[in-house]
Amino acid sequence: MKPAEFHQRDRLWHPPALTPDYKTSVARSPRLALLSLQGSMSEITGPTFGHSDIDPIDNDLIRNYAKTGDPVGERIIVHGRVLDENGRGVPQTLVEIWQANASGRYRHKKDTYLGALDPNFGGCGRTLTDDQGYYCFRTIKPGAYPWRNWVNNWRPAHIHVSVFGTSFSQRLITQMYFEGDPLIAKCPIVASIPDPRAIDQLIAPLDMNAAIPLDCLAYKFDIILRGRRSTLFENRPEGN
Amino acid sequence: MAQALNYLKESASQTAGPYVHIGLAPGAAGFDIYAQELGQTIAGPDVAGERIRVEGVVLDGMGTPVKDVLLEVWQADASGIHPHPEDPRHAEVAPGFRGWGRVITDFDTGLWAFDTIKPGAVMGRNGRLMAPHISFWIVARGINIGLNTRMYFGDEDNSADPVLNLIEQAPRRETLLARKVRPGLYRFDIRLQGDGETVFLDI
Repeated sequence: MKPAEFHQRDRLWHPPALTPDYKTSVARSPRLALLSLQGSMSEITGPTFGHSDIDPIDNDLIRNYAKTGDPVGERIIVHGRVLDENGRGVPQTLVEIWQANASGRYRHKKDTYLGALDPNFGGCGRTLTDDQGYYCFRTIKPGAYPWRNWVNNWRPAHIHVSVFGTSFSQRLITQMYFEGDPLIAKCPIVASIPDPRAIDQLIAPLDMNAAIPLDCLAYKFDIILRGRRSTLFENRPEGN
Repeated sequence: MAQALNYLKESASQTAGPYVHIGLAPGAAGFDIYAQELGQTIAGPDVAGERIRVEGVVLDGMGTPVKDVLLEVWQADASGIHPHPEDPRHAEVAPGFRGWGRVITDFDTGLWAFDTIKPGAVMGRNGRLMAPHISFWIVARGINIGLNTRMYFGDEDNSADPVLNLIEQAPRRETLLARKVRPGLYRFDIRLQGDGETVFLDI
C-alpha cells in the first residue's frame, strides 16, 4: 500500500476543548488555534501490538481479577467491530477498556466514592481485534456514580474505550453508553458533544442475538476510527 | 438529490477522565492485574543511540500541574526510522526499539519522566528533513479530545524544520523546544492554556 493521508478529523463532530458545563475543561482547554499539519511519517505510523503483548484472559473482566468467585452485577458481553470511516475493519488493533464496578466504584487509589469495591473485579480489559476488526469483552455492567461538577451530577453507566488504529493520528479515547439510560441526557460530559447523532453513535444497543441464554446479556458497540484517502492518485507524504 | 456518500463518522472523543490509569496503567491506579503493562520500554537495552531522559509537567491555565494527566509518546529510532510497516526503511529499525511509550505522573507533584534514546531526523513531506522530535498525545480529565504536540530538542539546529516553520508567531516555536538540563536530561513543560501556551497540532 502506498502511504496516503487520513481524512481530516471533523472537529465540529468531536467535542470542542472548552465546554464550560464540564467545569474541569475550563482551565485545561487550549485557547489558541491548533496548527493543522499534513501527515508525515511521524503521523501516519504508530505503535503496533501483537498477541505476545497480552494474555487471552485479558478480555474477560469477569475472570481477570477474580479472587474468591465471580464479581457481583449484571453479566454482559460487549462486542463489535473497529472500523474506519470507509467501513473497513481495522485488524490487529489494540482495544483497552476500563470501568466502574456494579456499584459505580472504580478500583483506583484516587476514587473515594462510598460505593463498595468488589474484591473480584478489577475493572480493566484489553484485546486485539481479529482479521476483520471484531473484538469482544465479557464484563459486569457498570453502575452510575456521582461526580463533583454541579452538586448533583451523575455519570450514566459507561465503559471507557481506548483504541489505536494503525497510525498515531488515529489514536482515540471515547466512552460507551448503554441504550435506554436516562442519565445520558443529563450528563455534561456527554453534552460536550455538539451533534446528537455523534452522541447516538456512542450508545450501545442491547443485542439479544449475542446474549447467552441463562448466562449473560450483550451490547453491541462499533468503534469508528478516521478513514484514509484512497490512493486514486499518487500522494506520497514523503514526496515524489 | 445526489447519491449518499455513505462514509462512516469517526466515533466522537470523550475525556479519558481521572481514572484513565485503571485501563492503561493499572499499576499506577494501585493494583496488579496484567502480566505485562504496555508502553514501559520505548527503546530496549540493546538499541543504539544516545540515552536520554525527558521530564516535565503539564500545567493548566492557572499554572497548576495537571496531576492526573497521561501522555503517550511516539518517535523514530536514532536513524530516523519508525518501527511500522509504512516506514520504507522499517526493516532496518533497531532491534528492540518499540518507539512508543506511556507516561504517567507522580500523583503528588504532577512530574513525569520517560527514558528513551534521542531520535534521528525523519524525512518529512516533499523531501524536507524534519529535525529530531518526539510526538506527544495528552489525555486527562477535562481534556475532551486528546491533544497532539511535538517535542524538539533545544540543542539541535531546528531552523529548517518544516513544522516549526509553519508556526506563524516565531516566539511560539519555543514552546516545542525541550531544554537541555545536563547531558542526558531534557526538560519539556507543556502549558495547556495561557501565557506560553504550547502549540498543539491537528494531525
